Amino acid sequence: MSSASPAKPLPKLTRKDFTSDQEVRWCPGCGDYAILAAVQKLMPELGIPREKTVFVSGIGCSSRFPYYMNTYGFHTIHGRAPSIATGLKCANPDLTVWVVTGDGDGLSIGGNHLLHAIRRNVDLKMLLFNNRIYGLTKGQYSPTSEQGKTTKSTPMGSLERPINPLRFAIASEATFVARTYDTDLKHMGAVLEAAARHKGMAFVEILQNCVIFNDGAFDAHVDKKVRDDQLVYLEHGKPLIYGAQKNHGVRMKGFGLEFVSWAPGATPPDDLLVHDVHAAASYSYLLTELESPLAVGVFRAVQAPTYDALMNQQMAAARQKKGEGRLEDLYREGASLWTVGAQAGNGSGNGH
Amino acid sequence: MSTATTHALQEATRATVRFAGDSGDGMQVTGGQFTSTSAMIGNDVATFPDFPAEIRAPAGTLPGVSGFQIQFGSIDIHTPGDAPDVLVAMNPAALKVNLPDMQPGATIVVNENAFVPANLKKAAYATNPLEDGSLAKWRVVKLPLSDLTREALKDTGLDPAEVDRCKNFLALGVMFWLYDRPLEPTIEWVNTKFKKKPQYADANNRALRAGFNFADTTELFTSHYRVRPATHLPPGEYRQLSGNEAIALGLVTAAKKAGLGAFYGSYPITPASDILHHLSGLKHYGVKTFQAEDEIAAIGGAIGAAFAGELAITGTSGPGVCLKSEAIGLAIMTELPLVVVNVQRAGPSTGMPTKTEQADLLQALFGRNGESPVAVLAPATPAECFTLSIEAARLALTHRCPVFLLSDGYIANGAEPWRLPDPAQIAPIPVQFATEAAGFKPYVRDPETLGRLWALPGTPGLEHRLGGLEKWDGSGNISYDPDNHHHMVALRAEKVARMKVADAEVVGPQEGDLLLLGWGSTYGALLTAAEQVRKEDGAAVSVCQLRSLNPFPKNLGQVLGRFKKVIVPELNLGQLCLLVRARYLVDAESFAKVKGRPFQVGEVVSKIRETLAQASGRSS
Ligand code: SF4
Repeated sequence: MSSASPAKPLPKLTRKDFTSDQEVRWCPGCGDYAILAAVQKLMPELGIPREKTVFVSGIGCSSRFPYYMNTYGFHTIHGRAPSIATGLKCANPDLTVWVVTGDGDGLSIGGNHLLHAIRRNVDLKMLLFNNRIYGLTKGQYSPTSEQGKTTKSTPMGSLERPINPLRFAIASEATFVARTYDTDLKHMGAVLEAAARHKGMAFVEILQNCVIFNDGAFDAHVDKKVRDDQLVYLEHGKPLIYGAQKNHGVRMKGFGLEFVSWAPGATPPDDLLVHDVHAAASYSYLLTELESPLAVGVFRAVQAPTYDALMNQQMAAARQKKGEGRLEDLYREGASLWTVGAQAGNGSGNGH
Repeated sequence: MSTATTHALQEATRATVRFAGDSGDGMQVTGGQFTSTSAMIGNDVATFPDFPAEIRAPAGTLPGVSGFQIQFGSIDIHTPGDAPDVLVAMNPAALKVNLPDMQPGATIVVNENAFVPANLKKAAYATNPLEDGSLAKWRVVKLPLSDLTREALKDTGLDPAEVDRCKNFLALGVMFWLYDRPLEPTIEWVNTKFKKKPQYADANNRALRAGFNFADTTELFTSHYRVRPATHLPPGEYRQLSGNEAIALGLVTAAKKAGLGAFYGSYPITPASDILHHLSGLKHYGVKTFQAEDEIAAIGGAIGAAFAGELAITGTSGPGVCLKSEAIGLAIMTELPLVVVNVQRAGPSTGMPTKTEQADLLQALFGRNGESPVAVLAPATPAECFTLSIEAARLALTHRCPVFLLSDGYIANGAEPWRLPDPAQIAPIPVQFATEAAGFKPYVRDPETLGRLWALPGTPGLEHRLGGLEKWDGSGNISYDPDNHHHMVALRAEKVARMKVADAEVVGPQEGDLLLLGWGSTYGALLTAAEQVRKEDGAAVSVCQLRSLNPFPKNLGQVLGRFKKVIVPELNLGQLCLLVRARYLVDAESFAKVKGRPFQVGEVVSKIRETLAQASGRSS
């Protein structure tokens, strides 16, 4: 491990600087490799020193992520990473804290923590690798698996209706919500960078292929052959247009959305939806209904005070109002005192 | 203060008073005021607030009865007393619930206005006990409390309900006269509390004075009592302190002494919530409080803060510890400092949240998967909640591991006079963070304490990864190596085993017939019982109260061997007894009580006598 002196200006770091000496142990072909590559590539571009970056994870295939980053890291327990990251960030708001979780870790066992970390708007970068399966425990259905899915634990098909991670995040009052996928380094890089630069909770769902237990789960949308027609790339300020020939679009119809097509090369209709990341949450939620084709990109990015900053502001305000607390005062604060001594033998004491 | 001319003022060394009424009658405030006044005039005091279940039962019913008992004296007071000398019963339900605790000849002050058919029915009295002769064994003082209050407050302009709410202060005034206490401290307290509502301040103070004067000018009591200031209390500045307050103050002290910020992660739970309340008001001392979404997140947040270099604490009661178990294991594995406070209550499951118990000892020691040793400390008094909180933090920070502090509902809410400590006399807690990048490895440890390097995120060159997977000692890399695992399991146990904890102390003869081996809040009752038997029977009976349950004090085996018989009184079915029998092969006998209430001195005395009689029967 090399050491960096804080006194000298930092040399420009490269991707290699963020790569730990640990051997990466995901299955060959797993989508996690591409995500790791995208994150390692992004890190030097953010200009944040390695030592100020922490990756926190829970349990699952995705949660091995911190071991492969040459930053600080914490591989915690199943589902609890958001709470540990919350404590870490509140204790030291100077740190940039990433949380890596999965569909099982984040939405099943850790659903409660994820909800509250999002609701509080803790300044965390929350990456949820969604492979719609339990990989580490070798192939049971997850909370994002489609109803009827046949797995080791559901030989007659799963009974459960899946949850959409983005809807969960939006309903939890997320200030930043995005979706990307593991086979497009450029798109992943752009979305991750936007998340990194968001002040507040940045929730990113990454569609991730589990080559062993749920291979091809997202092929219908992300396969190179169909991608252009099956993905709607959201870009702030631009109309929702998709298709290899850019001749399909999305517009409002009643309270819902409808697809509209036109001749290739013709002028698009002027009532197409124009994407606005600052719009009301109900708009972001509506976009999650774009499932086929599937919307990807930044759905929502609004500003709100972060929990960690507010907590530290309260600390500062209390110190400003009452002065830095001293132990001499601590034991007296709010208490009625009396003195025992030579003068206290006459049966009446003094309250003050 | 004027004293009555028509009543004899008698001297007493101690007295026990219990205030009992409906949850809405303000009995806790009344008892609290009686306590602080008694403490301020120099008495030693011990209190026992006895709350009904949290959800308020219908007014006037038996489950709605709330009580507050105080023993005060010019002598050393260790317990709130077994049986009250005076019971103040605000309604029939309060009388019915508390009557079984009253010795014949004791005084019962009742609000006779409350003994109306509707209230008698709610308390399941077929006839009025004030009239049917069933109270003949006691000295009953019938006070028309409601009428007197109405009369005293008649021109205040308050509505009848507001007037009625002041009757507890009228009762308090009566009791202040009975025990010759000044009214001024309460009047001052009332004036502060109702600063913004002077009409309420005036009403309460009027009621208080009216009660005092009524007792002074009538023939209610034949005499009243003076309990002089205690002489054994060392000189100094004093305040009242409850166990929960003491924990808050102790933890802040520890953080300051270590030069760290404190982070308290908690989820509201009876009877631990007051620690959260106290700490949340101490932000200017560098305390962050995190009211988490659940018990797991509360400890999770604390562990995150520990990683960042703060004094990390999570506080709860037994049911919360169940939920925290997995995360405690993580702190053990990652060797991060963490204080876990368990204010025990009656279990299992939800149990009886407002009632006390000591049945979480084995949970603290063993309630996790794998070999997962933690240190366990248990304060014996409210004041020890302060010193042992500091000690818990010191051990956690020094050895880099979780330390349990086992308090309970009884000392959490009970209060005693506390001499303000001199902060300069409290030893600093030296904490060093790793800074040297050359050759840094996160699991390199201090050969003496076995604490590993604590390298904080933000420190250049010390980037490393922690986690719950087994670590190679030194490098901290993940390891499935069989020998390394055995080594690490032994090492984590050794870390706790070599903690320096104070020797076990024997109060009473250092060897003899019988040793009461206790832990936690039973101390006062055991001490008082042993003293009584020594004095009255001349038997060599001593008390050894353990403050550290893991590790045990080094001399404990020797101490146990010096007594012919060892009794282990506990508010559980014999958990410490099980441990000492296994560890020291000593024929210790459990004395178990699991009723949601503390030991009474009398029952411990009986047990001691019974045991001594059996022993002499056997030897003769
Ligand atoms: S099981 Fe699936 S998700 Fe896990 S490492 Fe293998 S391919 Fe990746």
